[in-house]
Amino acid sequence: MTQWMDEEAGPVVRPYALIGGRTRSSGDTLDLVAMVTATGVAPSGGFVPGPEQERILALVTTATSVADIASDLDLPLGVVRVLLGDLKDHKLISIGRASASERILKEVINGLRAL
Amino acid sequence: MDFGPSDEPVALKILIAGGFGVGKTTLVGAISEIRPLRTEEVLSDRGIGIDDVEGVEGKTTTTVAMDFGRITIREGLVVYLFGTPGQERFWFMWDELSYGALGAVVLADTRRLTDCFPSIDYFEQRGTPFIVAVNCFDGADRHDAEEVRVALDLDPDVPVLLCDVRRRASAKTVLVTLVEHSLKVLTANQS
Repeated sequence: MTQWMDEEAGPVVRPYALIGGRTRSSGDTLDLVAMVTATGVAPSGGFVPGPEQERILALVTTATSVADIASDLDLPLGVVRVLLGDLKDHKLISIGRASASERILKEVINGLRAL
Repeated sequence: MDFGPSDEPVALKILIAGGFGVGKTTLVGAISEIRPLRTEEVLSDRGIGIDDVEGVEGKTTTTVAMDFGRITIREGLVVYLFGTPGQERFWFMWDELSYGALGAVVLADTRRLTDCFPSIDYFEQRGTPFIVAVNCFDGADRHDAEEVRVALDLDPDVPVLLCDVRRRASAKTVLVTLVEHSLKVLTANQS
């Protein structure tokens, strides 16, 4: 098998350089619409957030979904999940766990009608 | 089903399914802010004969670009619309998309009603609340919603409605019908 890559393969591979070639992390199971919020905790234990992680931290000062983060950073979802996994492991972000309640759904129905 | 304080931000996911060219993208665009998303998947044998990997045999992932829609109800309450990929080779994405989804809209075209069978089977099996919205294309027969229900062999509880996905008001009615149905299912499960 040939080992060379042409530019066709480039855009697929390059983002993974940002995450040291890893494709697995604690962020793997993050739902597309999980809400991410910065905790405001200072990095510790020798962890230094990378430039993309700094961008994420700036973005999630207000709660932002995983899908919106990937869209805003224009990075593939898998890469964003790994970056988020690191931030989560170091307690720099928290992940919302709220789910749909009767009250929320009624609010959504009224909100959609008012659009 | 309430977790945490009431002011915790909530994001809800709604799926828009149906056959290729049935109007999924039009529906999402009629009612929400469109955002691009890049995702990447491992090439499987499902791509054989479709993906031309000649010369890049070392390539094992492929980028899939998709759009999603966002509707902000208020600060801290957002509804996301995700179209399910039409082609069979992207079925691996369905599980990810449907996980935790509030419900699904199955768009149907009466000229190609069989195209929505796979979506209906999928949501029935997973127990995802869904409705069927019949997109009335120009020139299409205005089948009575009940005829569509019979043709699709739907459960009597599943709402079926006619729509024109190009019209914002119609798209709104479709989404409201789905959320009302999901609310009904949620309340029934709680009691």
